[in-house]
Amino acid sequence: MYAWHFTEMPYPYLPPLDTLSTMRVNLPNTHYDPKIGADLYNRYLDEYMIASEVGLNMLVNEHHQTATCLDVAAPLSAAILARQTTKGRICILGNPVANRNDPIRIAEEMAMIDNISRGRLDVGYVRGVPYEIFAANTNPTQTVERLWEGIDLTVLAWTKTEPFNFEGRFTHRRTINLWPRPYQTPHPAIWITGSSDLDSIKKAASRGYVFATFLQPYDKVKWMFDGYRSQFVDHGLPGGGGTAYMPLMFTADNEADAEKGAKELLWYLAAKAEPQFRNPPGYVNVAFNVSALRGDYSGRTDAMRTKSIEFLKEQGVLMYGTPDSVAAQVKRFYDKVGGFDHLLMMQQAGTLDHATTVKSMTLFAKEVYPQIKDLARTRPLNAQAAAE
Amino acid sequence: MSTIAKKSSTIKISGVDIEVERRGSGSPVLVLYGEEALELNSPVLDQWAAKHELIIPSPPGFGHSERPEWIAGPDDIAYIYLDLCDTLGLRNVPIVGFGFGGWIAFEMATKDPAIASKIVVVDPFGVKIGGPTDRDVQDIWTLHPQTVAKLKWRDVEKSKRDYSKMSEDELSIIARNLESFARFGWEPYMHNPNLRRRLNRVKAPTLFVWGANDGVITPDYGKAYAALVPGAKFETVADAGHYPHIEQPDAFAKIVNPFLG
Repeated sequence: MYAWHFTEMPYPYLPPLDTLSTMRVNLPNTHYDPKIGADLYNRYLDEYMIASEVGLNMLVNEHHQTATCLDVAAPLSAAILARQTTKGRICILGNPVANRNDPIRIAEEMAMIDNISRGRLDVGYVRGVPYEIFAANTNPTQTVERLWEGIDLTVLAWTKTEPFNFEGRFTHRRTINLWPRPYQTPHPAIWITGSSDLDSIKKAASRGYVFATFLQPYDKVKWMFDGYRSQFVDHGLPGGGGTAYMPLMFTADNEADAEKGAKELLWYLAAKAEPQFRNPPGYVNVAFNVSALRGDYSGRTDAMRTKSIEFLKEQGVLMYGTPDSVAAQVKRFYDKVGGFDHLLMMQQAGTLDHATTVKSMTLFAKEVYPQIKDLARTRPLNAQAAAE
Repeated sequence: MSTIAKKSSTIKISGVDIEVERRGSGSPVLVLYGEEALELNSPVLDQWAAKHELIIPSPPGFGHSERPEWIAGPDDIAYIYLDLCDTLGLRNVPIVGFGFGGWIAFEMATKDPAIASKIVVVDPFGVKIGGPTDRDVQDIWTLHPQTVAKLKWRDVEKSKRDYSKMSEDELSIIARNLESFARFGWEPYMHNPNLRRRLNRVKAPTLFVWGANDGVITPDYGKAYAALVPGAKFETVADAGHYPHIEQPDAFAKIVNPFLG
């Protein structure tokens, strides 16, 4: 089991949330103070460096036009960590290739970070959550096609050793010739996220990519992981594929402190957006939108928003407690979903301060990680992954 | 109204399955419905169907028409509709276009000016009038749905629809129409940058009809749009938003019916 520290780098110093109609897309940036922001950026990067020191891996992502995530360019934070740390893997989860419109630039950035970090980079790709459509102005009806064309093109760019042309549906380049090539061979591990689209999950599995999902009840996670495992083909990529799950995570010396920290993490689930941003037309298929018209579906993340802390803990969406309790919760989730390979931990969200965050992640690294590190991989490692 | 004959069929045009409804009898009128297809149940169409045979195609991705990947917007749809007119033997025919359908009407008439004998457009999209930071068309996809309803309707009550009483097929069509409108109107937003440079090719007498209270695309936009079409007339309908034919059907008919004949 690989454990990863994660924060979305939130900006929590906002007016009371019940006075805001939205925290995403159209919250005016008068609410952003650059002096506070500068401190936050440096603090969150410090926390990643501490994570590296205590033996955790580092997971970064990006979002746009939102107070929930100041990391607007994951390649930048990953590049900083590539240079400032020497231990632990760095995963970008992920590159919004459907929204960035320039897969070759992404391929270059990833290759450069892979070189600087001497092969510690894992490269994730995301289709992008519905809110992201608006900042990028991507046509919401064709993000899946853009995602896969973008992935295919970056892989070609990493692996072709002669200049080549690409005239696809969304990208046209007549001379592609990547300098630098990636440090890892044939290229870094590729990760894909998903939350319901089983076809995409199976497609990722058949290519040997890692599949990651976030903040979902265990029965749904098992359904997705089973789908992944049914189609996995080992292509000899670094890391050897596998599955990844992200809960909110807080570890403390006693249950009372743990619950207090866990409640602060719930800020993330409370992050709201106006309804038009939750389900742009064509982002989900017609059948989903028929049920939305009937009032049965209001967007993918809404389901978790209103649940109690006990429900979230029982479902494995939120894990918190003393080290032994957290280890037991991870093992229970592992058993419930048929095993998984990467534990992605949102250990900081909302108002959770630096000292509390560091204490929780350090306690996890020292007292929980040893208890779960040797949980079996969900499939045999390939030779390259075993040699890591 | 129940005496008016309606029949729908699917015709393969340019390799695409296009649903075509025929309603009423008499000389043909090509009706290009709008983004929400609300016209299909409006009394205005039935009035016209008493004197004309209405030919009502569903654009690719709307109704039951197929939406192949290669179709990017009204520019492509216009070629399919011109092929449809060839197949049906329609030439020099009156064309009425509502909203999104009005945009398609101009795409057709700029490619083949002889296709239309006259053109009526009702609050059509299709051109960019102002500069980069001018909002010619209010952003129906980033504004709150309640705000959008107020912009579209003079009387918001008329916007309300009871989805719980609709069949699976009706709901699927609503969802398909919403999705396809986004596919075709997302970027460039609600316009084809080339269209305004082509509008001088329109030869048919043209009538613009605009809801005086359309807040999505205002009458000022409409007047500027009409000024790009040689000889076009511009009329507003009082106390009506983006759908004047639904909010004020009588006033609408008084303006349009004499022109249509």
